[in-house]
Amino acid sequence: MSKEPDIVKNAICTFCGCVCDDIELTVDPDGKRITKATNACVLGKSWFLEHKVEDYPVAMINGKEVSFEEAVEEAAQVFVNAKFPAIYGLSDTTCEAQKEAVAIADYLNGNIDTTTSVCHGPTGMAFQGVGESTASLGEIKNRADFVMYWGGNPAEAHPRHFERYAVTAKGMNTPNGKEDRTVAMVDIRPTSSSLIADIFLQIKPGSDFELLWAMRAMVKGKALDNTLEERTGISMEKLENLVERMKNCQFGVIFFGMGLTMTRGRHFNAGALLELATDLNDFTHFVALPTRGHGNVTGADNVVSWQTGFPFGVNFNRGYPRFNPGEFTTSDLLGRGEADALCVIASDPASNFSQKAIEHIKSIPVISLDPKPSVTSQLARVAFTTATYGINVAGTVYRMDNVALKLRPAFKSPFPSDEEVLRAIKHRICELRGIMINKTAAA
Amino acid sequence: MSAAIRIKNGKVYDPINNVDGEIKEICIKDGKIVDSVPSDSHCIDAHGMVVMPGGVDIHCHIAGHKVNLARKFQPEDHRHDVQPRVGNLRSGTGGTVPSTFTTGYRYATLGYTTAMEAAVPPMGARHTFEELHDTPVLDKGYYVLLANNVCLNQLLEKGRTEEFKEAVGWWLNAAKAYAIKLVNPGGDEPWKGRKNSNVHNLDEQISGFDLTPRKIIKALIDASNDLELPHPAHIHCNNLGHSGNYKTTLETMKTAEGRRAHITHIQFHSYGGEVGKNPTSQAAEISNYINDNPNISADVGQVMFGKATIMTGDAPLTWLLRNMTNNKWINADTECESGCGILPFSYQEHIYTHALQWAIGLELFLLAKDPWRMVLSTDHPNGGSFENYPKLIRLLMDKDFRNEQAGNVNQKAIANTNLLDIDREFTMHEIAIISRAGPAKLLGLSNKGHLGIGADADVTIYDEMKDREAMFNAARYVIKSGELFINNHEFCSDLDGRILHVEPQYDEAVEDIIRPFFEDYYTVQFDNYAVDDDYVHGAEVIPTKSR
Repeated sequence: MSKEPDIVKNAICTFCGCVCDDIELTVDPDGKRITKATNACVLGKSWFLEHKVEDYPVAMINGKEVSFEEAVEEAAQVFVNAKFPAIYGLSDTTCEAQKEAVAIADYLNGNIDTTTSVCHGPTGMAFQGVGESTASLGEIKNRADFVMYWGGNPAEAHPRHFERYAVTAKGMNTPNGKEDRTVAMVDIRPTSSSLIADIFLQIKPGSDFELLWAMRAMVKGKALDNTLEERTGISMEKLENLVERMKNCQFGVIFFGMGLTMTRGRHFNAGALLELATDLNDFTHFVALPTRGHGNVTGADNVVSWQTGFPFGVNFNRGYPRFNPGEFTTSDLLGRGEADALCVIASDPASNFSQKAIEHIKSIPVISLDPKPSVTSQLARVAFTTATYGINVAGTVYRMDNVALKLRPAFKSPFPSDEEVLRAIKHRICELRGIMINKTAAA
Repeated sequence: MSAAIRIKNGKVYDPINNVDGEIKEICIKDGKIVDSVPSDSHCIDAHGMVVMPGGVDIHCHIAGHKVNLARKFQPEDHRHDVQPRVGNLRSGTGGTVPSTFTTGYRYATLGYTTAMEAAVPPMGARHTFEELHDTPVLDKGYYVLLANNVCLNQLLEKGRTEEFKEAVGWWLNAAKAYAIKLVNPGGDEPWKGRKNSNVHNLDEQISGFDLTPRKIIKALIDASNDLELPHPAHIHCNNLGHSGNYKTTLETMKTAEGRRAHITHIQFHSYGGEVGKNPTSQAAEISNYINDNPNISADVGQVMFGKATIMTGDAPLTWLLRNMTNNKWINADTECESGCGILPFSYQEHIYTHALQWAIGLELFLLAKDPWRMVLSTDHPNGGSFENYPKLIRLLMDKDFRNEQAGNVNQKAIANTNLLDIDREFTMHEIAIISRAGPAKLLGLSNKGHLGIGADADVTIYDEMKDREAMFNAARYVIKSGELFINNHEFCSDLDGRILHVEPQYDEAVEDIIRPFFEDYYTVQFDNYAVDDDYVHGAEVIPTKSR
């Protein structure tokens, strides 16, 4: 990095899956905080401006401060003494750290899973079933004249999605931004996002699949019975009008959120939506994209996929990767009381998993890596305080459309990165297990 | 540094140095072939074995966004073909799109030590390098997709050819690519912008541009030659898979006007017949042209029966096939740069077209007068996995086997080719040419594909067996950069390979043209776009004209 610590141009915000890379950060001369984050949205501003270096021990064992080395030793011992160690989280860290986590799971015959399993896991499964027509976000900006959001509230969750990519963004074939587009929203209630929509479909809760299937039928010219409105809250006329617009646009897109994937129907919903976009390609160019939440959850999917062949919920108990959502997804295996050690990176399952899973977490040794104290870190046997990716740590992240970007950290943290902690643990595990990692393979 | 190794008593095939099956010692030290090593060096007795340079795959799809999509797309392909963890090697899964570690290990098992990923949009370069970093053993690079690049095509349509060339130089540097790739030149704009249509003729105007596919092809062939890139423009012609497309292929080759060009997976571009009807073989016509024109090289893109995965920048083609098979399908557009289609596929013996494709590929190999310019490939995994190479080698070396296999497939298709009339059997020397020496030469990798003094010590040793498929299926020894990776059929220790790329000189003033284009039409900042050295550490830069 250049020795101009005051301003970081083209910095990358990892707060959400938009991964905006046009942020200009002003760093306080004391090098410990960011005073200005130009171009960032309200969420990005709080991400950057409220970041401070915690006055916290680098590592703790059972709540007592210890050295980094002692903590690494303890973590490695926890891992090698476990029969079924599980590693979870990973969506708010760099790909470099994610790779180390998968390596540990591999060397230990453990389990690796990411927060994908509790957000767009159903999308991943639907994708495996039916495929997808997708595009990088610039194609939406340049070409999309029909934009639909289904089960999401980007105005609040991805505040710059409209402006940078999909609604007001001006591109090659959309020089007038929103004027050149039809914007449709589908949700169970009006939101701040639906206010900007040209067409808003307020559907009955839990009727996503029915509505999507009806739309597929309309696209294919099949007859529908007259219970549509009763089932979904949407009239036949309104739906016909919408489907005609979709068939006749130049380039259409449907973005979808957890309102679709985490409601009744889950991967069936996601599959129906992906199939609808595919069907529309008989008439025009049409794509669909999940609006991913965490800054590098897409990177986690990618890393786990290229290293194992499967995107999440991967188990190495037999010495090779196996994939089975529901069995090897962390919330499920903890809920059944299965893992006997848990390592959590940048996530807080002890606060947001099911009660059964949380009870099990409390009964097994936990290793946590997090920049901030969390419920999980508070109950961890070994807790590392790590530097924050994107603000203090360099590395690679993937935007929600799978575009990889290199982070531009603003200032140094006294804490190690997730990657450094995980690599140290990996090396110690390999020593203990007699696995000779040569220096090149360990890089 | 690695220990010295002496390989003695082996039958050496090293076509670049005119060594054809001589019993000869090969000495290795510090990652290179040397003329001698101390007498107490580690010695491999290769009696009864064949020694060759490590294999070089000139065209495969092994890393990057589209590969990873195809990988996570097909859990059904992985679960029956696992790669357990051994020693410090990583575990993984196979199938037609293996995980990265498994890809490296399985290429090495076949005796391959270099492989080139054949199609990546520049915006996907960073991702590709991340995967290549996790692809062990192999040295590797990739070809960057430039034939549907909107910024470049806008320069071209305005006749700004000098700036176009500088911009090509900029893009090769920014993306740290090895060569320029063309896929279905001009076809992305109608696909993405005109309701999934396509271009079909080299002289047809591309919608939205005052430009034709031929102009793009010519400009990129010229740029590759003028920049003196080690490998010429690598061209996936228009009309892939369509009946009658051999005319497009001939026209594309003629467009080179005597300058170097590489036509890839040419089997898919050698069909006669009429559009919409069954294809016929035009392998002879295509072979004749290549035999007579030494500026043209090709790889075959052989189809092998069984499971394959279609993955290509040619999105309209994949959509066409999807509508025939109704299989699950992926389309993935990259802004301003590329399209992409992915489809699980299966080539079946009884289907006329598949059998014809299989036979045309073999005809192309067997009719090639100059094996240095007709390289072995299956366009992995499009025509089938690279793991089919041993069987393909047997088909080429063993006429009886070939004819027997031809008897098991659609006979109408075979009758429409000249396959059964061809008696040629490839020699071991010729196999060494089409699988290592030839591709290394075409890639301009002067330290690879041979065993002369100073060459990279990438060496493969096979047991000599009558059954060539069994022989090439698993090398007994594989040495990569002077390190034993496979010793007596067992993996030793995990090994990294290195990235190969080019850095041609360009006029930095061209950034003043590209930067505003980015500001208007890309969603990635210009300053965040180029891949820096962190992603290619330890890379080897292959010299070009200016550097």
